[in-house]
Amino acid sequence: MGAEVSFRSALNRALGDALEADSSVFVMGEDVAYAGGSFGVTRGLLDRFGPTRIRDTPLSENAIVGAAVGAALSGLRPVVEIMFMDFVTLAMDAIVNQAAKARFMFGGQFTVPLVIRAAHGGGISAGPQHSQCLEAWFTHVPGLKVVCPGSVEDAYGLLRAAIDDPNPVIFVENKALYGRKGVAPAVWETGKLGKAKIVRPGKDVTLVTYGATVAQGEAAASQLMRGGIEVELIDLRSLQPWDETSVLESLRRTHRLAVCHEAVTAFGIGAEIVARMLELGFDEWDAPPVRIGAPFSPLPFAPNLEKQFLPSTEGIVEALRGLLR
Amino acid sequence: MLGLVCRRSQPTGAVRLAARARNLLPALWAADKGSTAKTLYATPWYNKEPNVALYAPWSDVEHRIFRVLSFVKANVSARQPDATVLQELYSDMELIRQVELRLSTMFAGNQIPGFIHSSIGQEAVAVGVIRAMQSSDTLVSTHRGHGHCVSRGLGLEKLFQEILGREAGVCKGRGGSMHIADASLGMLGANGIVGAGVPIALGSALAQKTRKSKAVAVAFFGDGALGEGVIYECMNLASLWDLPLLFVCEHNGWSEFTPSSKEYCGDLISIAAGFHIPGNVVDGSDVWAVNLAAKSALDAVRSGGRPQLLVCMAQRIRGHFEGDPQRYRDRSDIERAQARDPITRALEELHALGVPTDTTDAIRARSKEAVQTAAEAAQLAPEPAICDLVGAVYFEGAV
Repeated sequence: MGAEVSFRSALNRALGDALEADSSVFVMGEDVAYAGGSFGVTRGLLDRFGPTRIRDTPLSENAIVGAAVGAALSGLRPVVEIMFMDFVTLAMDAIVNQAAKARFMFGGQFTVPLVIRAAHGGGISAGPQHSQCLEAWFTHVPGLKVVCPGSVEDAYGLLRAAIDDPNPVIFVENKALYGRKGVAPAVWETGKLGKAKIVRPGKDVTLVTYGATVAQGEAAASQLMRGGIEVELIDLRSLQPWDETSVLESLRRTHRLAVCHEAVTAFGIGAEIVARMLELGFDEWDAPPVRIGAPFSPLPFAPNLEKQFLPSTEGIVEALRGLLR
Repeated sequence: MLGLVCRRSQPTGAVRLAARARNLLPALWAADKGSTAKTLYATPWYNKEPNVALYAPWSDVEHRIFRVLSFVKANVSARQPDATVLQELYSDMELIRQVELRLSTMFAGNQIPGFIHSSIGQEAVAVGVIRAMQSSDTLVSTHRGHGHCVSRGLGLEKLFQEILGREAGVCKGRGGSMHIADASLGMLGANGIVGAGVPIALGSALAQKTRKSKAVAVAFFGDGALGEGVIYECMNLASLWDLPLLFVCEHNGWSEFTPSSKEYCGDLISIAAGFHIPGNVVDGSDVWAVNLAAKSALDAVRSGGRPQLLVCMAQRIRGHFEGDPQRYRDRSDIERAQARDPITRALEELHALGVPTDTTDAIRARSKEAVQTAAEAAQLAPEPAICDLVGAVYFEGAV
């Protein structure tokens, strides 16, 4: 077993290793160079790789992501940091109309090896415009891949895989995870996009989740275990494409399915997962599906309201108990 | 500041000229860092004999925003076109014209799906600029981009087949008129989103610089794009990062169905100057002038590793799209545009330079024939096979 490392330092290592491995990789974003990133993910990279490859940008999200598309079409592999995922709204044209479509609409002449890292998630009283989980938007756009790691190992492995991928990838990092520590793997390895991971096997109910709510799911599963309920916990890791096979296999074992995410429930990732499982495995269900997520409201500022808004371990426990009742 | 004051007080005659000259100062400063403001004041351009080669004789109120002219510094002798070169430029323009005319007829005959935007009247900009580029340079085009494709050397069959939605189109019929790209020509795409190509060109310029290549990027955009904030984000970045990028504003006076002067009150040259980007305005119906100005600008971009702006005052002879009845447009405006037809102008100049009418007639006939062949072939060409659309979205092979 290796030493404990933070999620942040795993991401930092992934960026450093990718920059070492391929001279066409470069990083740009607001405050990523001298300041080392708002959340410290790019700390130290400027000293190692210099200002051409670690580039501070002005607050011009549309131009930055648009330029990243142009650089990717011209053979580089840009990794752009969008400081708060909420700011991605300012770059939607570049992401949705340009990056996502270039390969298809130009008849396959180009690849767009572009990664957009974006920090989502609440819990720090950042308020309605600095906390949103908007990943579902991007899963709806053909041409984009969407990834959201929930562990230290995946932070490294999936970021390396995203940078290696020849398609545009939205790489979502939950702010609550940056300081979270995990055991470093013996060998840091590049992961594979599109594969879920069974974090914890169980026979009574399947809980599908990703990102920061994986830890909450684990805590909930431990609590339920004490009452004799076995939860099969699946970390989706990759949201587009997502691992239908693993989820369906789990549903076949447990016949009960809940999906949990920090994003608003309505029209979310959970809705798609449930719909697909109904299409593919209609006969497997012993109970109605359950979706656990945020209410249909903006994220509120006041700490107590924010707590009410976000999914909690207790909320997950309660929902899963309801499913087994 | 000065500009605002002057506009409010509506000065006339010499006062207005002087005000214009002052308005121009930042642009000139940016264009020529060696000169001081004092020197420029001492020899205002309007007191000089025309020691500058190119100008846009623009007086339409619609285009008052660009009446603050700046000039390409070239000597008088350069104004005299070289017959051989002008003939080549004309030949390229004529080919674009024939393509557009053919497309127009085909569209009217319901032979083209969707909609197309004709570049008739703007051929001199595409040809003048693209002929000044090198093969390793990259460019982004606009929704009105057929001319850019033809000038850059995109084969007519590939072009027609794309616009008709055929399998052998340059983008396999998946893009159509507004989304044509050709990786082999450094064409990073026409764009259905106004202004959106500019940051892509910026990124391409960043890639050129990162790779220490001598190639540069060219961003075409129209005056309709001037309302898009991303243009100014890109000006800031191109200058801040010293990127080899030429901004080319194809100013046709229209932003879709509304005169751009009713939608925009900025002076682009001054705005660019504010970002320390030297800018020039050139008569976009004069292909020789555009070519000269583009060469000069591209030389500056290449040698200086810094952005430049070229505003080409052109005219849209057709509507926003083919089939546009143009009820919003005064007949006189169309006539004025037609009177500034870049092809008529080039022909007159060629004939004045002693090129026989037979020669130019032959060029036109050749273009027409090439276009006809390509168009007819495209009409007979197979549609794309019904295929796995989803499988074409992502690239999953090794790069």
